[in-house]
Amino acid sequence: MTTLTKTEGEKAPTGPDSFLSVRDLRVRFSTEDGIVKAVDGLSFDVERGKTLGIVGESGSGKSVTNLTVLGLHNPKSSTVEGEILLEGQDLVTASEKEMEKLRGNKVAMIFQDPLTALSPYYTVGRQIAEPYMKHTGASKKEARARAIEMLTKVGIPQPKTRVDDYPHQFSGGMRQRAMIAMALVCDPDLLIADEPTTALDVTVQAQILDLLKDLQQEFGSAIIFITHDLGVISDMADDLLVMYSGRAVERGSVREVLREPKHPYTWGLLSSMPRLGGDTDQALNPIPGSPPSLLNPPSGCPFHPRCAFTDQVSGDRCSTERPALGEGRAAACHLTAEQKQTIFFDTIQPRLR
Amino acid sequence: MLQFLIRRLIGAVVIMFLIGAFTFFLFYTVPQDFAALSCGKNCSPENLAVIRENLGLDKPITTQFWEFMSGIVSGRDFPQGHCSAPCLGVSFDSGNFVWDSIVDRFPLTLSLTVGGLVIFLTLGLGSGLLAAWKRGTVVDKLVSGASIVLSSFQIYLLGPIVLGILVYSSGIMENPKYHPFTENPGTWALGLLIPWVVMATIFTAQYTRMSRSTMIEQLQEEHVRTARAKGMSQRYVFFRYAWRGSLIPIVTILGIDLSALLAGAVVTEFTFDLPGLGRLAVDSSLTKDLPLTMGIMLFGAFFILILNIIVDLAYAYIDPRVRLS
Repeated sequence: MTTLTKTEGEKAPTGPDSFLSVRDLRVRFSTEDGIVKAVDGLSFDVERGKTLGIVGESGSGKSVTNLTVLGLHNPKSSTVEGEILLEGQDLVTASEKEMEKLRGNKVAMIFQDPLTALSPYYTVGRQIAEPYMKHTGASKKEARARAIEMLTKVGIPQPKTRVDDYPHQFSGGMRQRAMIAMALVCDPDLLIADEPTTALDVTVQAQILDLLKDLQQEFGSAIIFITHDLGVISDMADDLLVMYSGRAVERGSVREVLREPKHPYTWGLLSSMPRLGGDTDQALNPIPGSPPSLLNPPSGCPFHPRCAFTDQVSGDRCSTERPALGEGRAAACHLTAEQKQTIFFDTIQPRLR
Repeated sequence: MLQFLIRRLIGAVVIMFLIGAFTFFLFYTVPQDFAALSCGKNCSPENLAVIRENLGLDKPITTQFWEFMSGIVSGRDFPQGHCSAPCLGVSFDSGNFVWDSIVDRFPLTLSLTVGGLVIFLTLGLGSGLLAAWKRGTVVDKLVSGASIVLSSFQIYLLGPIVLGILVYSSGIMENPKYHPFTENPGTWALGLLIPWVVMATIFTAQYTRMSRSTMIEQLQEEHVRTARAKGMSQRYVFFRYAWRGSLIPIVTILGIDLSALLAGAVVTEFTFDLPGLGRLAVDSSLTKDLPLTMGIMLFGAFFILILNIIVDLAYAYIDPRVRLS
């Protein structure tokens, strides 16, 4: 709490293995109604071979952050400040040419809906082969062989014939596999998966998650896994970042955060999640209210209008002072460590059974 | 694909037959004695009977219909001589074979269409793509603004203005005139240049706006973003991914415009005093020259059907989802 200084953002430790390091990232869109602060002082690190999970409601800035990492935000309507360091190279200041060399090559992305994210006009094989040809200079024939190899790797049956199919001839799960094949075709060091299983049914979802884990072991890539599904995140991620209103509100290892969450927003997320084997008479506890407007974010802590525990903080600090996120395992909240512990074990945890 | 084509061609023949039947009976239910129209001032009952016989109007209507339809397929014999297939009958007014009149006028209409098409497609799509590529810049605003102004012009307004400037006052060019392409392509192009440009101006504006808006729409598609995320360049994504999706609406409108133009560009032909199919159609309906009107209608319907099939084939080529369903 002592780092509450002029930079509103928070500092996270830069580990020695830190492969991607985002520092005080701010993304703003100018719209007709004013400036939208989609990401507002976000910092995080991803290590090689590890998976960082990012959770949060829609509009919390998860997707914008990761599109910005790839430089896919609209440069005309948005401004980006801060640093995105990929192995020391700053992506915020990188030229479009340099970004093109990185995209699909060193950093690749898996999108949420594989039906709309794959072009209906070209064969799956061609779409997988394209980035391979572009980044490795392979011939058409080599790239086709590579596409077949990738389809085999992601478990598409009869890859030699399916390579010439169009996306609409694939099932939902197969399309997502093809998408993963496309993302992995150049052995990226960093893979950004933006809700890759949200559009799929649970059995397919489990297969895709297994596939991603296997491929991570094989390639040693770092993964940023964006989702709003805490069940999926506990299965996939090593570290967890909880985002709210364009900022990180809680950070830690997945075990720590899910075992003993420290931020009222994380409590809310956990309480609103239905559980298998849960008591059917026990009502779910959704977070009251709706996500804040990014045009006029609330003063102080952005979560305070929806927070049930503001009365336990002395004075009106919640509405006047933005809590900082400390280093390492931390939550951006004005409650004291003891208060958090008491509230969690007395009030929140019993609800989660 | 072949099966699809055969099915469509059979369908087209059936539709042609239906259109023929429909127009035939529609016209013949008109309470008008066509023989009396051709008879002139000093019409005696004997004359009337002769005319009626010559025009075939004394026969029962079903017989007339049969003769008309079979004439299209296998030709017919008239007092003037044999009318070979596709025989669309004899003009009441001139006594010429309808088919011959159409064939006589069609080259001009075709020339107008082809020349205009080349100009408005090149300029329209080119400027539309440019505006989409430079979206939000001065270039985009200029192109968009110009296209709105131009699309509110009319051929009959723009035509006389251009003629006034280039022909009547300065004498830089001659009055538009049709010279057969086969005689001299140079004079052919020069003679039709003004009508082409004036006609194309109106169409260009329409195609500019359409291609710009569909391209902008396509560029926001998720699969276009995926392609960018793979590292494909802006240019590649623009021409390979977004352009492909924009082709569907463009081809659709193009098919409609082309079939309308091939049936006769009435306004253009009247504005520049060019004797094409459109004028023939208007003249025939003014003189109540029934066989001629019907013949031109069927001729136009033929192009609409053929272009429909071509557009459908183009869809299948552009979008693989159409191909298999």
